[in-house]
Amino acid sequence: MAIWISKSPSISISLATKINFFTRILHGRSPSSQPSIYLTTRGIGLGNSSESRPAFSKNSEIFHTSRRFESTKAQERTCLHLDEGDDDEITQAFDFPGGRVGYTSQMKFLPDSPDKRIPCYRVLDDDGCPIAGGTIVQASKELAVKIYSDMVTLHMMDTIFYEAQRQGRISFYLTSFGEEAINIASAAALAPEDVVLPQYREPGVLLWRGFTLQEFTNQLFGNKADYGKGRQMPIHYGTMKHNYFTVSSPIATQIPQAAGVAYSLKMDKKDACVITYIGDGGTSEGDFHAGLNFAAVMEVPVIFFCRNNGWAISTPVTEQFRSDGTVVKGQAYGIRAIRVDGNDALAVYNSVRAAREMAINEQKPILIEALTYRVGHHSTSDDSTKYRQVNEIELWKTARNPIARFRKWVQRNGWWSEEDESEHRGNIRKQLLQAIQVADRTEKPAISDLFSDVYHEKPLNLHEQERSLKESIGRYPKDYPTDVPV
Amino acid sequence: MADRFLKKIVRLRSQNYTCSRRTMRFSTTAAGTEEKCLQQTQSGSKSVNLFTAINQALHVALETDPRSYVFGEDVSFGGVFRCTTGLADRFGRHRVFNTPLCEQGIVGFGIGLAAMGNRAIAEIQFADYIFPAFDQIVNEAAKFRYRSGNQFNCGGLTIRAPYGAVGHGGHYHSQSPEAFFCHVPGIKVVIPRSPQQAKGLLLSCIRDPNPIVFFEPKWLYRLAVEEVPENDYMLPLSEAEVIREGSDITLVGWGAQLSVMEQACSEAEKGGISCELIDLKTLIPWDKETVEASVRKTGRLLVSHEAPITGGFGAEISASIVERCFLRLEAPVARVCGLDTPFPLVFEPFYMPTKNKILDAIKSTVNY
Repeated sequence: MAIWISKSPSISISLATKINFFTRILHGRSPSSQPSIYLTTRGIGLGNSSESRPAFSKNSEIFHTSRRFESTKAQERTCLHLDEGDDDEITQAFDFPGGRVGYTSQMKFLPDSPDKRIPCYRVLDDDGCPIAGGTIVQASKELAVKIYSDMVTLHMMDTIFYEAQRQGRISFYLTSFGEEAINIASAAALAPEDVVLPQYREPGVLLWRGFTLQEFTNQLFGNKADYGKGRQMPIHYGTMKHNYFTVSSPIATQIPQAAGVAYSLKMDKKDACVITYIGDGGTSEGDFHAGLNFAAVMEVPVIFFCRNNGWAISTPVTEQFRSDGTVVKGQAYGIRAIRVDGNDALAVYNSVRAAREMAINEQKPILIEALTYRVGHHSTSDDSTKYRQVNEIELWKTARNPIARFRKWVQRNGWWSEEDESEHRGNIRKQLLQAIQVADRTEKPAISDLFSDVYHEKPLNLHEQERSLKESIGRYPKDYPTDVPV
Repeated sequence: MADRFLKKIVRLRSQNYTCSRRTMRFSTTAAGTEEKCLQQTQSGSKSVNLFTAINQALHVALETDPRSYVFGEDVSFGGVFRCTTGLADRFGRHRVFNTPLCEQGIVGFGIGLAAMGNRAIAEIQFADYIFPAFDQIVNEAAKFRYRSGNQFNCGGLTIRAPYGAVGHGGHYHSQSPEAFFCHVPGIKVVIPRSPQQAKGLLLSCIRDPNPIVFFEPKWLYRLAVEEVPENDYMLPLSEAEVIREGSDITLVGWGAQLSVMEQACSEAEKGGISCELIDLKTLIPWDKETVEASVRKTGRLLVSHEAPITGGFGAEISASIVERCFLRLEAPVARVCGLDTPFPLVFEPFYMPTKNKILDAIKSTVNY
């Protein structure tokens, strides 16, 4: 208001005469150098506006006027005019919860977006060549080979399980195609005692932690060896021994929970952190806001890892938010954040490793936004060619393929060969096919598992319902699946 | 959604609150300041009001388990209803703390904390504001154990929330949302009727290995005063209690409504009708057996709650008892509940299931 008026004297005077009073509260550069707010009065009435018309030029008086105060000229105070020419120089400030806040007479809104988008951290180019001068943590041969081979395993797992679903052997599947580097390299940068709260497109973290192909397969088939006792849809993995919380379908609900888990680690003074994953779509949920804000306020060691893969089922990020992705949201919550190339395994590894160190040493949350692409359909219930271009998918599948890029780097180091590749693939393929056979043969969980674990102890109503259901099964056995033991 | 406005009103009104519809049978002293409520009456127990009883339970919980935490909006300074008074000073700001104003965050955070083997005691400032946390309660807390095949659980989670009419709360400081939560396998819903019950039930909830929503009758925070043992004690969950024996009709209720029902029972007694009054205490999983045994004896049932009648938990009790006692029933099950309107301000006295509405229903059921 102030600056606009000072630059438009004629309009402001007309305003003043129309509404018959004109108020201005301004801060000035006080000669005593004490921060202060001046409020001066000077009469400008309808009748004598020419006489008391304020001078709007620089170095003029700052005033607060009202017709009511016409007789108070004796109380007038003269203030030094604030030099408004220097936008950035803030000489006056006041205390406000959270720290001192400077004053400015410049009415300046923060821009809706920066001139340039936040750059994306990468250390390997599309050909898998290290970028000169890049921040790089040297990965050992052993680590690099394990990262690479697990990325391949994850890809093969997805290929074969996807086919199994198409053949009707399992009811549902969801691939991580295109996000192998995020899955494996982020897991590689963590310690086993770090707690994982997944969304659902991060099975590679489990793979890295030693969840076997047979364990994956048992869950997909919902047999009695499934830790979830056949209660949830395929891909809802979870194991206590790997510190990997059970997947639940609702989006972003794990985000505020991650803050609570991290608070527990903090209270127990553990040398560990929490990592929780979310997609770009999930950042629109209220729970995303809740979780980041809680984590920042409670100062807890948690890494929020956003897989920005461009698509939330059929909704592109351009219809998801107007911000420059997710990375910029960190600062609004007081959370340090980085944008990383999600298809550069080394960059993902480096950033998660650094984030983990900061999270634990400084006891604070860190936000990572990894840019990537969901190369597969959302799930087996989706056909993404209905809403996106096939050539776009092809580009990410080939030229920007995270596995191919990392392979080039590993091979260039002489750590991986064509023979290693075919041996690994053959081996994994054999294991997967065998795992499917075993899982398929394993019987389903018993009917008692339908009623257990609802509560710590089975309440009377469930005893009653179990009894009643068993009677019904006895009378109409054909109504029920035969592979579930009663 | 912190409501300091209402807090002030509650404070002012509670000093000289005259309640024609609710004369607390539990009251032995006039409701007043915190100090007044702490009059020592006998060794080992004091006459205290309901919020003080809750406060005692929280003290005991934090004292007896170093892995217990109390948090929510404004809890550090004692909470808008004073339930958390003195806790932060005694146990430190790491164990008793304010959270951002965000109910889904409070419950989500609580689930994570509980899942790590802690007792997470979360406060939602008003039950009316619990709905942003509905997803966390229904889809997360309630299914946490089941979906993981009992690998993970958040049984250490207790969500406390003041519920119900308060005389001037209008739409958003008066609701009784218990029925929504009673439709969710995996959580328990508990509502106490008095200070003594509140302390014992709350301690049971905090130590129960299941997530629990504990609704506190805010009308009674200051109004209900009762002898409460100072020691650490627990009252069993999923056990209803016959708080008045009778032979002509069974009345079932919970929380603040019981005092209204008690008055109706006394009036009916004068007219020669003998009423049996049952406090359900735990709504899920609920004690059907106690209610069934009573109805088998009396042959009649009346259920009363403040929440709207349609889809209220009274409907569940009614249906279950009809299933079990059909041939023993001598009249249709009566329900005296809130109206199917949003909770109104000026019209609150009309909306409420009042003593005389209950009395009429008792008479017509007995004379059916």
